[in-house]
Amino acid sequence: MVLKIFFPQCCNKADSGLLVGRWIPGQNSAVVLAVIHYPFIPGQVKQYIHQMRGQSGVDLTVLGSWSMPKEGQEGMESFLRDLSTIFPQGQWLQLSREMGKIGFRCHVLTRDPSKSPFASQVAPIVPYIRHLLLTRAHGVFGTVCQSEPLFFLDKYDDGPVKMTHWQSEGREGSIIVELMKQASTPVCLLTTWILTLWTSLCSSRILNVRPMRFISSKLSTCLQLSYRTEHLQTVCSPTRATAHNHFMRKANIFVSFFVDVSLGLLLVSWMYRENRIGKLANTLVPAADHVAKELEELLQWLMGAPAGLKMNRALDQVLGRFFLYHIHLWISYIHLMSPFIEMILWYVGLSACLGLTFALSLLSDITALLTFHIYCFYVYGARLYCMTVYGLSSLWRLFRGKKWNVLRQRVDSCSYDLDQLFIGTLLFTILLFLLPTTALYYLVFTLLRLVVVMFQGVLHLSVDFINSFPLFAMGLRLFRSYRLAEGVKFRVLCEEPGTPLHLMMDINPLKVSSVVQTYRTPTYSCYPKDSWLALCKKLFLGELIYPWRHKTTKID
Amino acid sequence: MQNGDQHYSMEDETYTDIDGKAISLECQSHSGFCREFTVSSAKVSIGRVMAYTCAVWLSAYIIFFVTENTAVLSSAIIITLVGMMVHIHFVKVDHETLLIIGSLGVQVSSSYASGRESTDFIEMGKIKDIVINEAIHMVRKIKDIVINEAIHMQTVIYYLCILLKDPSDPEAVSSVVPLFQSSKPRLNCLVKVYKSCQEILAKC
Repeated sequence: MVLKIFFPQCCNKADSGLLVGRWIPGQNSAVVLAVIHYPFIPGQVKQYIHQMRGQSGVDLTVLGSWSMPKEGQEGMESFLRDLSTIFPQGQWLQLSREMGKIGFRCHVLTRDPSKSPFASQVAPIVPYIRHLLLTRAHGVFGTVCQSEPLFFLDKYDDGPVKMTHWQSEGREGSIIVELMKQASTPVCLLTTWILTLWTSLCSSRILNVRPMRFISSKLSTCLQLSYRTEHLQTVCSPTRATAHNHFMRKANIFVSFFVDVSLGLLLVSWMYRENRIGKLANTLVPAADHVAKELEELLQWLMGAPAGLKMNRALDQVLGRFFLYHIHLWISYIHLMSPFIEMILWYVGLSACLGLTFALSLLSDITALLTFHIYCFYVYGARLYCMTVYGLSSLWRLFRGKKWNVLRQRVDSCSYDLDQLFIGTLLFTILLFLLPTTALYYLVFTLLRLVVVMFQGVLHLSVDFINSFPLFAMGLRLFRSYRLAEGVKFRVLCEEPGTPLHLMMDINPLKVSSVVQTYRTPTYSCYPKDSWLALCKKLFLGELIYPWRHKTTKID
Repeated sequence: MQNGDQHYSMEDETYTDIDGKAISLECQSHSGFCREFTVSSAKVSIGRVMAYTCAVWLSAYIIFFVTENTAVLSSAIIITLVGMMVHIHFVKVDHETLLIIGSLGVQVSSSYASGRESTDFIEMGKIKDIVINEAIHMVRKIKDIVINEAIHMQTVIYYLCILLKDPSDPEAVSSVVPLFQSSKPRLNCLVKVYKSCQEILAKC
């Protein structure tokens, strides 16, 4: 197998010295981590390496020597060769580079006479180790990540050992990040305490009475509230995130929460300026009135001869009057509430400070409450139609002399008495001729209900999108793409005859589409419960449809 | 071109892809165990670009003439620009490269007309073999639709692919990575690349 040497780019220009790193046994490769410069005392170097080995747990050794001769250092090469006797190794690498040339030269001295040196088949590879470390890239570079204690000394430190490695220019850091790290602990503790108070309040007995639980499970605002509480608990837990996934999840939640709240505050400031909220409240009651009036006109149209169809007059009048009375009740209720609406809206609108998602869920809830009568009409129409359809199917079977066997779940033939047949046929005829009327009412109210459901669905989808989109991961991918790595990529740097092959290894960042898939926050997303075919079947039979269903939050 | 590596492109033998368009193959041997193959397809033809643009704008003008709405014209411009950008950035592949480094791995990269490169590196430990596979390719050309809609043209094509090992069962093949998907060179080109790769794979 070919001998491979992974060499950090920062050491390209380093002065001559000793190579420190690790051999990877199975793949016949060596990872160079640092170069220790002349002058050094071999005893101190050995002690230092032993110390580092203990601290990091990585099998560090002296790999060989590195020489980049400058003027006045001609004797260096032979000196470095003699070092191989001081540091006994199985294989001793001698890498050298001349100023002005890109290619390296490499010789391998081996002590073990059974292994022959592969000097002509060496492929040193020069990676951007700095960035690779930040991504905790896997494979060979697990070694490099673990050797962190080695990189604590930079070139400004005065110690027994002078080294060059990827962080010898100084460790990478940011003032903002450090300040945030200092401030985060007390803030986290405070927030955790507030959240525990809040959750204990929510689960107290007063608020857990049956009606309240039922209402709060239906209102999407309460769902969103509980969901955000969970999120905040994840973010504000005082323990540090160790795994990469955990850290990204926390960061994504924090950033999306931050963006959500700022958008919500913007919205609130826009709405409360020039008393727009008052104007909105003042248009709410006339809007509800308008909807009710339109519904009344629709019912009057249905009670007449809608689209030229001839309805059964008696049933038509009954149903029409029934629904008209409902609308009348609803309007009286709205008018009763109208003096309080502005105040309620003003205070409830303040909760949009908690985030844009709250504003959207509030809007969805208000729509649901204001169109409650449409929902009621839909349920009445659907139930009536459903009863008609089931009655018709059962009586049709009787008409043909068959019966539904509940035990065997199939249709069997049955002999009926004459009077059973007579009454059955009579009822069948009645239901059949009443079918168009009930079907028309059902159709009209189902369409209205579907319109409302679609509108609510759009709102829920946008809330879901804001909740789950990984903003932090996306920002990291766009601006610091080396931190999210999918793999590595190679480029051939130079091939000079007589020198080993020289490749450049770089980070291959994650594709933008896979960033969203990998780092998506799991949510209680609403998704269609039924496929299109099942939905159509339900509509045809008159079963009540609840097209959107909330998933419970997954915890992984 | 770096000095010292052997670089040869077969000028005397012209390669075509499965549709009959001319492509070019370039083989570079960087070292005894490292080779790079580049298959370049035809560039974006200026004639087609102009034809599409004229078609879109002519139809926009006709609609504007009928409806007298200037939004039609601005939307036509935006559609043309966005469509062109999407095409050269996401759709049109300029060349595809296969870099095989013995005992390290295989790197497959496609470079798009806008300069974007999409790279994938597969470690040698995961690779079982590189083979030429057969596939049935369904092609419907416009003239076939005009002449006889019911016929689907089916041809057998060859493609080069990398077989990946299953981590649990070393003998089984877990997945197949096809190479040169956009350029689709013909068998003579593939055989050349295949022979070269097998030489390197046999060494390590």
